[in-house]
Amino acid sequence: MNYIPNILFAIALIIGIGYFASNVKKLLRNIKLGQDVDVSDNTSQRWKNMINIALGQSKMVKRPVSGFLHVIVYVGFIIINIEVLEIIIDGLFGTHRIFLEVLPTSVYGFLIGSFEILAALVFIAVVIFWMRRNVIKIKRFWKAEMKGWPKSDGNIILYIEMVLMTLFLVMNATDTSFQAMNSGNIISQFIAPMFNGLPEATIIIIERAAWWVHILGILAFLNYLYFSKHLHILLAFPNTYYGKVRPKGQLDNLAAVSKEVKMMMDPDADPFAAQPEEDENDVPAKFGASDVQDLNWVQLLNAYTCTECGRCTSECPANITGKKLSPRKIMMDTRDRLEEVGKNMDANKGVFVDDGKQLLDDYITREELWACTSCNACVEACPVSIDPLSIIMDMRRYLVMEQSAAPLELNNMMTNIENNSAPWPYNQMDRLNWKNE
Amino acid sequence: MSEQLRVPTMAEYMAEGKQPEVLFWVGCAGSFDDRAKKITKAFVRILNKSNVDFAVLGTEEGCTGDPAKRSGNEFLFQMQAASNIEVLNGYEITKIVTTCPHCFNTMKNEYPELGGKYEVMHHTQFLKSLLEDGRLTIEGGQFKGKRITFHDPCFLGRGNGVYEAPRELIRKLDAELVEMKSCKSRGLCCGAGGAQMFKDAEKGDKEINVERTEQAMEIKPEIIAAGCPFCNTMMTDGVKAKDQEANIQVMDIAELIANAEDL
Repeated sequence: MNYIPNILFAIALIIGIGYFASNVKKLLRNIKLGQDVDVSDNTSQRWKNMINIALGQSKMVKRPVSGFLHVIVYVGFIIINIEVLEIIIDGLFGTHRIFLEVLPTSVYGFLIGSFEILAALVFIAVVIFWMRRNVIKIKRFWKAEMKGWPKSDGNIILYIEMVLMTLFLVMNATDTSFQAMNSGNIISQFIAPMFNGLPEATIIIIERAAWWVHILGILAFLNYLYFSKHLHILLAFPNTYYGKVRPKGQLDNLAAVSKEVKMMMDPDADPFAAQPEEDENDVPAKFGASDVQDLNWVQLLNAYTCTECGRCTSECPANITGKKLSPRKIMMDTRDRLEEVGKNMDANKGVFVDDGKQLLDDYITREELWACTSCNACVEACPVSIDPLSIIMDMRRYLVMEQSAAPLELNNMMTNIENNSAPWPYNQMDRLNWKNE
Repeated sequence: MSEQLRVPTMAEYMAEGKQPEVLFWVGCAGSFDDRAKKITKAFVRILNKSNVDFAVLGTEEGCTGDPAKRSGNEFLFQMQAASNIEVLNGYEITKIVTTCPHCFNTMKNEYPELGGKYEVMHHTQFLKSLLEDGRLTIEGGQFKGKRITFHDPCFLGRGNGVYEAPRELIRKLDAELVEMKSCKSRGLCCGAGGAQMFKDAEKGDKEINVERTEQAMEIKPEIIAAGCPFCNTMMTDGVKAKDQEANIQVMDIAELIANAEDL
């Protein structure tokens, strides 16, 4: 009979972690739908980027207020999770504060005391975050793409964090033996008096309830990640590792195009020659991207990593001047479409069945794509090394090379380059005329 | 008016069996755009004054392909790259300087993989190196004490991390270098990049160059210094749109230095 809580706890743990694992599997499968891309270069630079940008939050603090608050929540989240280890052991084995058995009271008190301070700080930081979104209404949280789910998602995360921190502190405050120990109850000692005068049995019930709701809440939050922008707490690490290590100005050169250009430029090439054998198995190259499967897997990882903070959009010259383009929306659309493709596969035994939709037009409009100045402000602004520009460029490539659908003025510009090697209709033979003007 | 500029071509150098120390890549804007041609000439005057042994490709130069690539036309870009690289490699060029950050970025970053490996410098970097080697001296002259702000070209600054070379040159003019609220890595684009130079902007509530000009006006500069022919055009148009032509001049760093030296 006494084992019922332990068994219930184990079941909750298995379900919580199991469901999360199954979603992680889905996540990895979806990311792998992207094209292969070589990221084996610059290993040491990549590690450095991950350590500085993700672990060290170096880009977050470029905006000092939100950066500082975020560091509190981030450090709090990581450190308070040490406590979760104790909770899991207690839950599985029916012990109570097992670390007290192995650690001296003073050390345990120091640990829990630190957790309590962090919990209080996280609570305050999260309240300020909530006010920034809902009271001060900072512009980037109220852009067109932030309606509906993205807006609720941002707030839900904050509410969950407030509740979890409160439960942690209440759990400690109502733990009479912990309070009696009077070590580590730095914050909870001020909450404890609120429960004075309640029958002991009630206090025990409150403590147990807080304990259970806290750990179940953590498991629920873990499973919420996959459906939320909050996934960044995990993916920021791989994303900063796989993020761009070349100069921001550098765009990749399409290898498939290089091959064809080489053929064209080769005076010895025989246009009637039979295609080499191995080429028959090659899927004909599609130039650029019209759907998520045409993007590479790092771009898809980017999409899942996006926290929708909107720093990119708030720096984008097109967006600042009222154009439809929002780099954040490019990332959100990519994720939404990728999720749609994933669900399509789930419903069709793992095979994608054409649904008549694609990322281009159904999610991202041409107007957005053509508004980009390729200035890299969004790439620079992103605190987790996301590259929205690369997706915009790949989609422009599709529009131009597969659809010949560039805006008329750009077609004129390109015709000029083809004819006279300059974007304007001037004769190449006049290139040095300035010398004598 | 025929001021005598010494502008040898690679073909001439080749005929004499010589190799210049650096190739000056003029770029399309620098060759054809009336405003940008002035920048080209200013830079050549400095090169002449500093006795830099340089040459241009002249009629053998062609668009690097940057606007085509950023429009999505990778074919056209790579065709341009291939023919330029053929010419450059044919002349055994090792070092290139250019007054256009777009040409700079493309040749520095995107050509190597296609077989064109050169040391590529933006003209502000090159001028800075001339200064450090004592081949160029800058007197403040007419710019002494003037309020000058530098507008970072995206493809020089964010694109390639070059923020200091142009600023150092401005400081050398004994000018008062003032910064706009968005500068360096957070510099606001002029609106011309990504081939926007060649088309009308999408519908919005403001032109980007006007927004940028307003940022500049906040700090009341006498001169907006630029390092890119396209930024120069955009900022000049922005200043016109805000009726500030009487108060604010838009000048390339090369022009500032050439003027300071009365070249």
